[in-house]
Amino acid sequence: MEKSKKKAAHPLDNLLRTDRIPHIWCAGCGIGTVFSSSLIALQGSGIDLKKTVMVSGIGCSGRAAGYVKLDSYHTTHGRAIPFATGMKLANPELNVVVFSGDGDLFAIGGNHFIHAARRNVDLTVICVNNLNYGMTGGQAAATTPSMAKTTTTPMGNPEQPFSLPLLAFASGASYVARWTILHTRDLTKSIEEALLRKGFSFIEVLAPCPTGYGRRNREAPLETLRLYQERTITRNGAHPTEATLDINKGITVGKFFEQDRPTCVEMYDRTCRPSFSQESA
Amino acid sequence: MKPAVLTGEHFITGDIACAEGALAAGCRFFAGYPITPATEIAEHMSSRLPDVGGTFIQMEDEIGAMAAVLGASCAGAKSMTATSGPGFSLIMENLGLGICTETPCVVVNVQRAGPSTGLPTLGAQGDMMQARWGSHGHYEIIALAPDSPQELFFQTITAFNLSEVYRVPVLVMTDEVTGHLSERVVVPEASMIPIQNRLRPTGRKDRFRPFQPGPNGVAPMAIAGEGYGIHVTGLTHDERGYPVMTAEAQADMLERLTGKIRRNLHDIIRTDSYRLEDADIAVVSYGVSARSSLAAVDEAREMGIKAGLLRLITVWPFPEEEIRALANRVRALVTVEINLGQIHLEVQRCCGGKSPVFLVGSAGGTVIPPENILEVLRSV
Repeated sequence: MEKSKKKAAHPLDNLLRTDRIPHIWCAGCGIGTVFSSSLIALQGSGIDLKKTVMVSGIGCSGRAAGYVKLDSYHTTHGRAIPFATGMKLANPELNVVVFSGDGDLFAIGGNHFIHAARRNVDLTVICVNNLNYGMTGGQAAATTPSMAKTTTTPMGNPEQPFSLPLLAFASGASYVARWTILHTRDLTKSIEEALLRKGFSFIEVLAPCPTGYGRRNREAPLETLRLYQERTITRNGAHPTEATLDINKGITVGKFFEQDRPTCVEMYDRTCRPSFSQESA
Repeated sequence: MKPAVLTGEHFITGDIACAEGALAAGCRFFAGYPITPATEIAEHMSSRLPDVGGTFIQMEDEIGAMAAVLGASCAGAKSMTATSGPGFSLIMENLGLGICTETPCVVVNVQRAGPSTGLPTLGAQGDMMQARWGSHGHYEIIALAPDSPQELFFQTITAFNLSEVYRVPVLVMTDEVTGHLSERVVVPEASMIPIQNRLRPTGRKDRFRPFQPGPNGVAPMAIAGEGYGIHVTGLTHDERGYPVMTAEAQADMLERLTGKIRRNLHDIIRTDSYRLEDADIAVVSYGVSARSSLAAVDEAREMGIKAGLLRLITVWPFPEEEIRALANRVRALVTVEINLGQIHLEVQRCCGGKSPVFLVGSAGGTVIPPENILEVLRSV
């Protein structure tokens, strides 16, 4: 007879597809921390989880949608945001969370990101920024620091990276924050805030990728965390132009910007179908 | 505010008829991007969707439009986009996602001459093979080819119904000439329009397998927010919707995706026969070219040539049986289309050398004059 082992239930089990664990993320990867912060925030926010969906693109972070026990959609590379836009507009009652990586959201999906921010689509966008393409083995991304080594920049990255908070702010996002995986309490609180507010919310989370990025840039797994500890400066309310991300000059984290403005659906209702929005109000 | 179904007689373009057909079919979400000669569909939807509580959004490109269409469908709305050549190319990426995730929606292609920017304001039928194979990987698709504004109205409804029943994106492959042609369009009473909706799951939510096929090979579809906690992915997945990275899972999934179409050809394929009963030459055509073909057949008959027309209303899946049957009893077939031989290749394949197949084609930018077809009918 088989002995059935009784495992203690994990407090997040109700939000996990436990039958899909183990996950694919490498040892030392930061995505899991962002993922669990997101789940804790989802649980703590009190929002109706049956009406909550997670949409991901492609890449390591994109696999999150496959592990979360919500209605979850793992879409095409870069297209999580327009897919999520369609969901939110077709059923505004849904809480729509986009969980994806920097390559997915800001290179191939960059155009969709800026337009969704401009429209103020009511989405919570969580971007795990590990400074490179992890899934394909560590190539340069739109976020890779200048001179950093990757498999496609073997002599160092000749290009300059995007500042994601500045891009989000300039595009019209109504909530902009940046944390690292060492700032789990701030991060969780930030995600919870974003879930509970209306409009396009963007949270960048710096996360180590020892397999893809770290080993080519003399950053052992713990070394990256030490850098987060030593070089980050929390500056809530800092203007996004001052949100530096430079290992030598310092990494600015915090909730940089928050402003209420009508969402995409609210403006559409007001402008195009006032009688319908009155009926539903 | 106008109702969804504008019962009555109208004198409207094909593009407008298409949009009205979509509304009558229950379309409540449109995402698009302006492109000649499909722009009027987006414009019309932007003014009409609010009438019926629907949503229009002009996206940043056709990639985003197709992604939004799929997202909206997963959230429960019947959704559509409309485009032309260059936009159709951009749609191909997420068309594959729609096929793989079995998400119902309708994509209209008002074809113009290509390749590339080509002749934006002039018609063609050059995207027929792209409609069949344009997204990557192996799959089955449904594509319809209306030949008039009236048919654009009805076929757009049929496209929505087929997409809902078979959980597959359905392509309406019209062309610039039909899209911009103004003709009489009769819209029936709403109660006379057959509407089909995706099958929804019943039973225990925790035991639901979102991709387990039902009796007709199609799985019931749970929509977001219903509490099923489904996972939907463009990765190869099993009946639970979970990714499985094996050749066996790939084979099983392709069997589901292709089988639901291949086993229901009788329900999906629609053709129209004209004077074929005693014909010894069969013209095979579709869309606007079928109108030229019809005129040519009538003229040929007056000259004593026993010609007939098989008009393909469903182009994909290809009406193989109908073509094979013709090949067994006529002495020649003639394919007429505004490209240099696309559906022609399929006709040749189905004939299998049993009868010769001639092409009356065109590089695009103009309809094929009946004289060109008649010339071939006379020389065969």
